[in-house]
Amino acid sequence: MITTQNLTKRFGNIAAVRDVSLDVREGDRYGLLGPNGSGKSTLVRMLLGLVYATSGSITVLGEQVPRHASRVLPQIGALVEEPAAYPHLSGRANLRLLDAAGPRGSRRTRRRRVDDALEQVGLAGIDRRPVRAYSLGMRQRLGLAAALVRPPRLLILDEPTNGLDPRGIRDIRDLLIGLNESGVTIFLSSHLLPEVSALCTRVGVLDSGALVLQEQLASLEEPTGRVVVTTDDPERAVAALDGLVEHRDGADLVVRSPDPAALNARLVTAGVPVKSLLVQRRSLEEIVLEVTGSGSDQFSVPAKEAQAARQTEPAPAEPPQAPEPPPEPADGQAPADQEAP
Amino acid sequence: MIAVELFKLVRRVRTWFSIALMCALPLIVAIFIAVTHIAPPPGQGSAFLSAVLNNGQLYPAAALALVLPVFLPVAVAVVAGDSIAGEASAGTLRYLLARPVSRTRLLAAKLVSVITFTLAAVIAVTVSAYAIGVLILGPSRASAVGFAPGQGSGSIGAGAGGAPTAGLQAGAAITSLSGTPLTTLQLVERVLGAMAFITVSMLGVAAIAIFLSTLTDSALGAALGALATLIASEILVTLESASAVAPYLPTRYWLAWIDFFRQPIFWRDIQRGFAIQLVYVVVFLGAAWANFATRDITT
Repeated sequence: MITTQNLTKRFGNIAAVRDVSLDVREGDRYGLLGPNGSGKSTLVRMLLGLVYATSGSITVLGEQVPRHASRVLPQIGALVEEPAAYPHLSGRANLRLLDAAGPRGSRRTRRRRVDDALEQVGLAGIDRRPVRAYSLGMRQRLGLAAALVRPPRLLILDEPTNGLDPRGIRDIRDLLIGLNESGVTIFLSSHLLPEVSALCTRVGVLDSGALVLQEQLASLEEPTGRVVVTTDDPERAVAALDGLVEHRDGADLVVRSPDPAALNARLVTAGVPVKSLLVQRRSLEEIVLEVTGSGSDQFSVPAKEAQAARQTEPAPAEPPQAPEPPPEPADGQAPADQEAP
Repeated sequence: MIAVELFKLVRRVRTWFSIALMCALPLIVAIFIAVTHIAPPPGQGSAFLSAVLNNGQLYPAAALALVLPVFLPVAVAVVAGDSIAGEASAGTLRYLLARPVSRTRLLAAKLVSVITFTLAAVIAVTVSAYAIGVLILGPSRASAVGFAPGQGSGSIGAGAGGAPTAGLQAGAAITSLSGTPLTTLQLVERVLGAMAFITVSMLGVAAIAIFLSTLTDSALGAALGALATLIASEILVTLESASAVAPYLPTRYWLAWIDFFRQPIFWRDIQRGFAIQLVYVVVFLGAAWANFATRDITT
């Protein structure tokens, strides 16, 4: 559905997206993760033909973008960063206007499609008040409705649950899963890990503009081959397991074992009172933190502080928790959030 | 897309507010003149204003002359400057383009919307000024002044731009600037011609503002940039040492519409004014298109 090859976008000296080769397949619920400023929005804008790539190619729904964007975009529903609407018009008027502006928005079915889209996002009851008076969550829902007015084959959503309360987040998640089950491929970007792990089937991780991971979520979250055993008699367990224990923390033992049932049998046979036995899986959070450096909106302030410290103190401490030095020296002065230049 | 843009134009409060303001200025001027019976002396002040006390039916022309130098270009520059920059800063531009609306079509629809706004403003000023003229200043007092050519009661000032009309006489009733009488049909024709020319005169400003609107995300910046260009042009038009470039300045022939009220119509400046506006439209819309079509939309 979406393929990019070595996609790169430079804004002056800053590479917002570097050599990204995305692969989103039909039927995916693809979550693009990355800290703020990692290039998610620039990538989304390139997929929609709003920003032109410096190099590399994009294929969406089998067509080249931006060259054949006019053929592709009518089949896509999109939410790009925050939703936008004409504030003096009502939500309905906004959707009708947007639908009338683009192709394939049949006038005959417009009223019905607008009402359907509003119902899908839980705004069926909105009255004639202008969008100016909407809450943040209502605007977000309206933005999603705009993406659904013309039934899409592919949804490209940038931070779709922004500004929603927990109830709203679940509503939208259920809506997206329902749409996906009826055949809509979903590509969304988010910096919210729980959101992506609850919704997506496939994950890509963007770090400083580069795609550092792209994998099925299920295979990422496969068992690590370790089992956490909790027991009141850890000494006996260590003795019984004979070198399989990798780590001991009080009553918790991390045991290397691909087969939890066999491990349990062995412990019980040895007379170890097993209180709990947990197959260890890596969380998405661990995986993402492992493959990414520090987020750009986090390091800009410590970098400045470190600079200040360097001027006052003769022996400065190392910058805290920075696995690698900042990729571009210019980033130190640049605003942290490069997503909206 | 054009229908969408016109809908947006109609639903904006700003559209109606600015047109109302443009109609209000001639109303205020008319009230002062009607109450005091002091019109500007012939050859001074805004064009046609010296004659309106004698003939309220000339007030539409006087009203157009009143709004032309500042009010109309300001309103046009604001609307045109907002065209792309306003959508960009509101964030709606990316959703329009992702719909998709082709960038060329969007630009064309914006131009149509700006032209429509200009025409609506010119028509509103003309129609309201006719009503003001007849109701407040009263219909022609022709009997008091006489019809004969050359016995016009006042001569018409040229206005600020230096159009070559100083000293020409306007009669009471419906008399051309050249002193010969005009039939009602002729007057209507000439008012329509003046309205069309004034609308065309605004196209240059509109094109400059639209071009700037594709360069910046600030609607205000684009509008002020276009107005700054106009003010520079008006200064240069009156500067004798800049006379070599004067024929190519956007405001040089702005007052040529007054030539519609001569008998016969003096076409030379009207044609030149039309041609100059056409050049500005082609150049600046071309630049706007070239810039907009290749630009990254990052707002």
